[in-house]
Parts: sequence; C-alpha cells; structure tokens
Amino acid sequence: MSLVEYSAHELKQLLVSGEITSIELTQALLDQIGTYDDHLGAFLHIDAERALARAADIDHRRQAGKPLGPLAGLPVAVKDVLCDQDGPTTCASRMLQSFRPPYDATVVARLKAADAVLIGRTNMDEFAMGGSTENSAFQVTRNPWDPGRIPGGSSGGAATCVAARMAPLSIGTDTGGSIRQPAGLCGVVGMKPTYGRVSRYGLIAFASSLDQVGPLARTTRDAALLLETIAGHDPHDATSLEVPVPAYSHSLEQPLAGLRLGIVREHFAAGLDPSIEEAIRQAVEVYQSLGATIQEISLPHSKYAVATYYVIAPSEASSNLARYDGVHYGHRTDESQLQAELNARRQQLQAAGDERGLDQLDNGLVRMYRLSRAEGFGPEVKRRIMLGTYALSAGYYDAYYLKALKVRRLIRQDFDAAFGQVDLIASPVTPSVAYRLGEMVDDPLAMYLVDLYTVSANLAGLPSISLPCGFTREWLPIGLQLQAPPLEELRLLRGAHMYEQATDWHKRQPALVRQRHTGV
Amino acid sequence: MPETSTHPYTTVIGLEVHVQLATRSKLFCGCSTQFGAEPNTQTCPVCIGMPGTLPVLNRSAFALALKTAIALNCHIPEFTKWDRKQYYYPDLPKGYQISQYDLPMSVDGFLEISDPLEPYAPLRIGIIRAHLEEDAGKSIHDEVAGRADSEIDLNRTGTPLLEIVSEPDLRSPAASRIFLQELKLLLTYLGVSDCNMQEGSLRVDANVNLHLEANGQRVATPIVEIKNMNSFRAVQRALEYEASRQYRVWQETGQQLGQASKQTRGWDEAAGLTRPQRSKEESSDYRYLPDPDLVPITTSPAQVEQIRQSLGELPSALRARLVREGNLSDYDANVLINQGQELVDYYQAVAAKCNDPKTAANWVTQEVLRELKEREMTIAQIPIPAECLADLIHAIQQGQLPGTRAREVFTLMLNDQITAAEAIGKLGIEQVDESDLVALCQELIDANPKIVADVQGGKQQAIGALIGQAKKKNPNVDPGRVRSICLELAMKS
Repeated sequence: MSLVEYSAHELKQLLVSGEITSIELTQALLDQIGTYDDHLGAFLHIDAERALARAADIDHRRQAGKPLGPLAGLPVAVKDVLCDQDGPTTCASRMLQSFRPPYDATVVARLKAADAVLIGRTNMDEFAMGGSTENSAFQVTRNPWDPGRIPGGSSGGAATCVAARMAPLSIGTDTGGSIRQPAGLCGVVGMKPTYGRVSRYGLIAFASSLDQVGPLARTTRDAALLLETIAGHDPHDATSLEVPVPAYSHSLEQPLAGLRLGIVREHFAAGLDPSIEEAIRQAVEVYQSLGATIQEISLPHSKYAVATYYVIAPSEASSNLARYDGVHYGHRTDESQLQAELNARRQQLQAAGDERGLDQLDNGLVRMYRLSRAEGFGPEVKRRIMLGTYALSAGYYDAYYLKALKVRRLIRQDFDAAFGQVDLIASPVTPSVAYRLGEMVDDPLAMYLVDLYTVSANLAGLPSISLPCGFTREWLPIGLQLQAPPLEELRLLRGAHMYEQATDWHKRQPALVRQRHTGV
Repeated sequence: MPETSTHPYTTVIGLEVHVQLATRSKLFCGCSTQFGAEPNTQTCPVCIGMPGTLPVLNRSAFALALKTAIALNCHIPEFTKWDRKQYYYPDLPKGYQISQYDLPMSVDGFLEISDPLEPYAPLRIGIIRAHLEEDAGKSIHDEVAGRADSEIDLNRTGTPLLEIVSEPDLRSPAASRIFLQELKLLLTYLGVSDCNMQEGSLRVDANVNLHLEANGQRVATPIVEIKNMNSFRAVQRALEYEASRQYRVWQETGQQLGQASKQTRGWDEAAGLTRPQRSKEESSDYRYLPDPDLVPITTSPAQVEQIRQSLGELPSALRARLVREGNLSDYDANVLINQGQELVDYYQAVAAKCNDPKTAANWVTQEVLRELKEREMTIAQIPIPAECLADLIHAIQQGQLPGTRAREVFTLMLNDQITAAEAIGKLGIEQVDESDLVALCQELIDANPKIVADVQGGKQQAIGALIGQAKKKNPNVDPGRVRSICLELAMKS
C-alpha cells in the first residue's frame, strides 16, 4: 500500500515507531500532488521546499529524542483563507493575490506548534462565498470521483485533496456548509465545530457570526485528532469559548449506548434526490441495528433557514469586506490610468459646459475605491456585498437584518427543543449530488437553495459533521449529516465513529486515484 | 463673566465632546496610545485592520468610561453592545469604526455648571448619552509639493474615545465655555483623561441654532454643526460668530429649521469665522451593524453602585464644601478647585494645620500660585510642605512674624528649602519690644526737628522718612507701629 493511502492515525503510528520518516511521507504526498493536482486543481500554493525542510527538521528532532507535538511530521493542507506569515494568503481572490499576512492565524500557529507539516494552501470559492469552488479567481477544482463535476465548496480544495490522497488532513472553514457540503460531495469526513470552539483569529472573515474553522479527513478518528489540536479558547478571539477541550480521539471508540437519533420531518420533502433519501434511510437503519432508537422530530422554522442565512451572511460580508479598498493593502487599480481617464472626462465635461456632470464626477479617491473593488472582486462576492449593503441600508435594516436575527433565534429554539428529545439529528448534507462544472453558474438562487440542510447548524451555532454514507449509481458520493447540541463534539464524533465502524464507505477511493495505484 | 442678553434671540447650543481616555493601550488591541511617536510605529495587525484580525475589548477603557458616565450622573443600562459605523475613508482601515449606536453604555445624565448670567447659581445641563468608540487615524495632506499627496498615520487608530453628547440646554457661548471647563475639571479629577486639546485628547463639536420671535410666533433657525475648534476660547468665539451669522442670514432669508438641511461648518481661527464643510457627505447612511466580533457587556446595578461609592468627592461637591467649611468666597473656592485635586489637598492640609482656612486660601491662591507659575512648577514639586506653610501662617497669627516680612520668609523657605522657623531665624526676625520701639522713635524725633515741624505744620506724610530710618536701624520694626508712635511723639514735642 502506498503511504498516501494511510489514515493520519496510522501514519502517526508509523512515524512514532520510526517505520517511516516525515520526509518520506511528505515526499510521497508531494508526488501524489504532482501526479494529480494539475488536473484536479486542489492546491493554490505548494511550497515543497519549505514543507520538506520542515519534515526534515521534525525527523531530526524525533531522532534526537526531543519532545514533539501531537501532529509531528503529519502533513496538513490549509484552506487559503487562514493567515500564514510564511506565504501568500489569497482567499482565491484577485483582491488578495499578492497579499502576505504579517501574522499567523491562531489555527495555523497551533498546527505549527503541534509540529504539523503545512504542505499547501487549498483552493476555495473567493472569500469562501459559494458551494462549488467555481468562484475561485484562479482555478477550477475538480471532484476526484468525476473530474467533470464540482467538488463542492467553498472548501472544495480542502475536500478534494483529502479524497484524492494528496493530504491525510486538511483544514476548512464552514459558514453555511462550506466544510460539510464538499466533504459530502467528495466522500470524506468534514466537521463544523460549535461556534466559538475554534478560534477565528486570522481566519479572513466572510460572515463573522457564522464562520467556524474545522477539520476534513478520511476518518472520524483523524478528524478528531485534528480538531483537538486546533480547538480551544483564544484570548485574541472574544467569541471563542472558554471551555476545556476533551481528548476527542481518545474516547472516540465508546459507542453511544441508548442513542436517540432524530430524523427531521421537514427534511424529506420534494427536491431531495431519491438516491440520497435512500442512502440516508439506510444509514438510519444501520443506527437502528446498532441499538439506536429513531424518533421523528420537527424543526418548524427550518424552512426559513436559507432565507435567513442569505440576509445575515451577506450583511456581515458587506461590512467585513469593506476593508478591501485599495488603500492599505491588496489590489489597487492602476492610478496613472485612473488619473488620465478622470482628467479626460473632466475636460470633456468642461468643454460641454456640463456643470452637473462635473459636480457628480468622482474625485480621485472615490474612483480609486470604485475601480480597485470592481477589479479585485469576482461576481459572486459583488453580488453578496450588494445584497448585504441593501439589507443594512436605512429603512431596510429592520425588515431584513433585524427580522433575520429574530428568525435565527427561533431556529436555535427549534434545536433546543429537539435536543430535549433526541441526542443527535441525522439528515442529508445536500439535496443533490455533485453537479457538473458550469451547470449552475448562471443560477445563483438555485445554488443558494442547495445549502438548506447545512445552514441551520451555522445559524444555531451547533456542531455538525458530514460523513460518507453511500454512492449513487454513477459512483458519486453521498454524505450523512449529524448534528449535536452546542459543545457536544465528542458525542457527535462518537456517533459518527459508530456508523463508520459498521460501514466501509469511507474506505472507498475515487477510481481516478485507485487505478493509478493498482495499475488497473 | 456675567453676560446680559441683549440679543433679540436665544442661542441654543448642544455640545458633542470626544474625550480620549487615559489608557496605556488601545481600545481593541495592545498597542500603545502614547502621543507623538513616529507615524505608524504604534500599530499592529488588529488596529490597522489586517484581514482576519479580531478586536478584543480593553476592560480598563470600559472601566474609565463607566466611571466618567457615573460621575456625569448617567443611567447605566445593564446591557450594552458594540456596533460598526460604516463609511469609507483612508484613515479608517477596516471601512468601519467600532462604536455604539442604539444601546450606548450610558444615557440621561447631567452636569451642573455655574450660570454665567447669575454667577455661581447652579445650572443643570443634560447629558443625552456617553458612549465608547475607537478613534480613526490621521490623514496628513501634503499640498505644499503641489502634488496633493496624502499620508496616513495610524498610530491613533483604535485609541479609546468617550463621546459625550449634551442636551441642547446651553443658552450662550459663555455658558458653553463654562460647561467645557467644568467637564474638563471633572475628567481631570477622575483621572480618566489628560484633556489635552492640542494633542487631540479632547475635541469639541457644537450644534447651534437660534430661537426668536417673528410675528408673535416662536421660530428656530436651521441647526448648524461647528467643527475644528481647538480651544475652549475658540468654542466661545465660534459660537458667538455663528449666532450673529445665523441671525444675519435669518434676517436676509427668513429660513427656518426644516427649510434647510443641517449644515456642517468649520471654524477658521485665524479669520475668525465659520465656513461650510463637505455638504456632499451630509446624507451618508452609516449602515450600523451590531459587531459580531465582540460580545455584549453587562453591568449590574451593584457594580454601578460600587463604582459610584469609589468615585470620591467630585469637584462640584468639593467646591461647595470649601465654601461651607472654610467660609471661602465662591471665587477663591473656584480658583483652588480649578487647579486640580493636588492643590486642593495641599490647601486643605495647610488649612487644617493652621486652623485658619481663609488665610490658608489667601496664601495658596496668591503666593503659592504665583510662585508655581513663575517657577513653572506643579504643586507636587513645591519644596514647602503644607505643614511648613501652616507654620508660617501660625507665626504671623502668634505675632512672632510681622505680616510685612512674611513674603520675605516665604521666598527664603522656597529658595533654601527650609522651615518657617529656620527662615525667620536666618533673616534675624524677632519681635521688637514696645518700649524699645518707643525709645527708637523718640531717638528719631529728637534727631529730626525739621520733620517734626513739618508734621506739626500739617504735613503728616513727612513722617514717612522716619519709617525708612527706623527700618534701617532695626529691620524687625512694624512700619505701621513706627508711623503711629512717631506721629504721636511729634505732636507732643
């Protein structure tokens, strides 16, 4: 078996026992990236030299018997939205194409402190806005199960690199499903922790009250290992929770005795792909066979979740993205051209004696703002900035933003009530499997509706996980989503692990990768 | 200064004061707030708004703000939150300012000032709200080079500001100035700000319009906001100018409140007038948004009460007590209070020790303040401890020191850093025995028959020459006594 096929947990054991070195492992993954990533496009930046040097350093320290961190020598891919002072952080946006952060995100700092090898930066929808990674300003990322299809998004590169065995562990971010949805569409495990469980410091904000950093991996055990490394209170993030972090990977194997699993009545409605519905029902049966009792519950406000989300998230985004104005960093329009155009226009207006036109003509600063933002942002980012700006405008705030906050509270109350009756809630991750590249780009509303199962967890701040639970006849992965009450990550992981132990969906490899290895 | 209202209108003024709180670090990051550093050296990823950074509240800034609000008699709601005020400007690196919008940390307070029309009568000026916010950076426009280059200094970005908004309760430019003086005094006593207007620690904007009678009806002129006033005197001058300008405009146009939009005008100190400012940005929509990066703050009534108890005596109460207990004039009490807590403490120590508050006040407000000014010292630096000054006053009261030589003793105490007794000894001052004094005077009368004749002829002022001679023979003599004894002896001889 090739090194790239092992889980992070297995690799850790091999590294600790000295059977392999981090150099060997890192090189194997770099080779895998070299083989597949030109085609799949998961990574935006790879610094092979730095990664190998880092691996060599850890190998040396291990040989010298020095103490090492919990991820020592394990390569981890990071979504290009978390600041790392060792390289560029672009958010897959022209706006930040040449941006190099002067500091490390807390999650990046914790990975470095854990002696992980940061192998590369993964592609994403620009500023994490989108569900297909097609909104990246730089490249397309393909689904390893069918390279004609999207990998999901916005953490599309993060899911693809794990599915295609280019990294055993990867960090994503989830604002409305951006970890769970690509994990589901790529057949890997992806988890969004409780809001505040993982520090957001250094995560370039999309929607601050919804954003959360989380792990992607091929097994729940690996996801647990990564989560326990990055989770915990951070004095740099006022919204991070001061609650101790359990050793998730240690107690993961204990099954949940007497598990009460909730199924949401509203989830099985028109629009759900029948093969996904079938896979979810079968997954529920697996739980039943493991001793769980199944209970139908209602989340009556879930039908408003997508609408609520698409008021709150763009509103916060419009504010968070105001800083990209071309003044202090990031893309700035060509100023000499700007001045020349303004002067020409001014002369034109003067010649025509158009006083009104002259009065309304931008000054240089305003024109610089306009052009820098027009050139720096892609269409989806602009769309959301406009939506949010509108929702927050005088006269609309109460009707949109304030109303959305009220509905958000009701959605949370639905969950609070539901978790009085059940321990976990099971559902699909998406209503449909990965669609073809370019299929939906002209229909943003249809793309927003795909988020219906995932956004509630963000609105309510709950932990939620996506894990492989089957395939369509075309071998496209199907994801099962589990949700738990706030801070019940361990319950969530134990519940997921139970299922994983009873099934082998997570062991399947995309044909593309499998064929190469087996030589078929 | 008493002011008689001779205008055919009432000036209605509300003030907005931005006070920089005296914290060591900024409101949402650890950067220093020290004034005067090289541009952009007191910055970090957080205060320059780098992508991914998050604000974390400086609790000591909130504590100072709370203390001030409570001293301003404000109601402190149990719940307060942070909002983003959004606008584009190059010195605002995040594209929004973290401020407080609909749920400020304090509301409905007041500050008592002396009515300028009726000096020392208390006048209560309402405080609408006081809220905490972060400062923006500073734009430096270099147009000298002709290239209209602008440079930005972000050292000030994120400095904690307390915005205090008064009700439009002020009725004259003079009252506005007194309000600001009283506010500054309070802030200084609380130690929450250094109130240095030159360094921008205290900034004032004023909203002003006129109420007047027209055809038997009360009408108001459009409200104007005045900015760019760099001293309390400038505030008064700008308001005086603006009131007369508005009256003139009203006479010309008859334009009333509601018939013209609110205008912003800048005070030009050199020209002594206000000019219109950026009318284009008047209608800006700040799209306030609760800041999702910060958690709301709760303050319990018990916490508020605890802070209230810890405030100590505030200037207005202290002033009233000095008048009541020390029998001081309002004027003297004000002079003492306005110098700050340390001088008041000094005065109180002197008064207690010599048991004569009135005399102590005279010494402190006159001799001490004059010397401090001349020597450019603060009261903390004065080499005469309060008890030594009290000893000096005591010596006068006991007749051990002629009042005429007291200042000489005081100066020596100051110069040589010695006690009153030492200074008196060093100057050889001793009480002159009455019989010795009479003998001395007799001697002078006998030696100066011409003067005696002049006095007897009705020229009493001629006796002055004898006083000078007496002082030469014995510097300790009391000139008043010499004069009266000599006059008596001259008339008898």
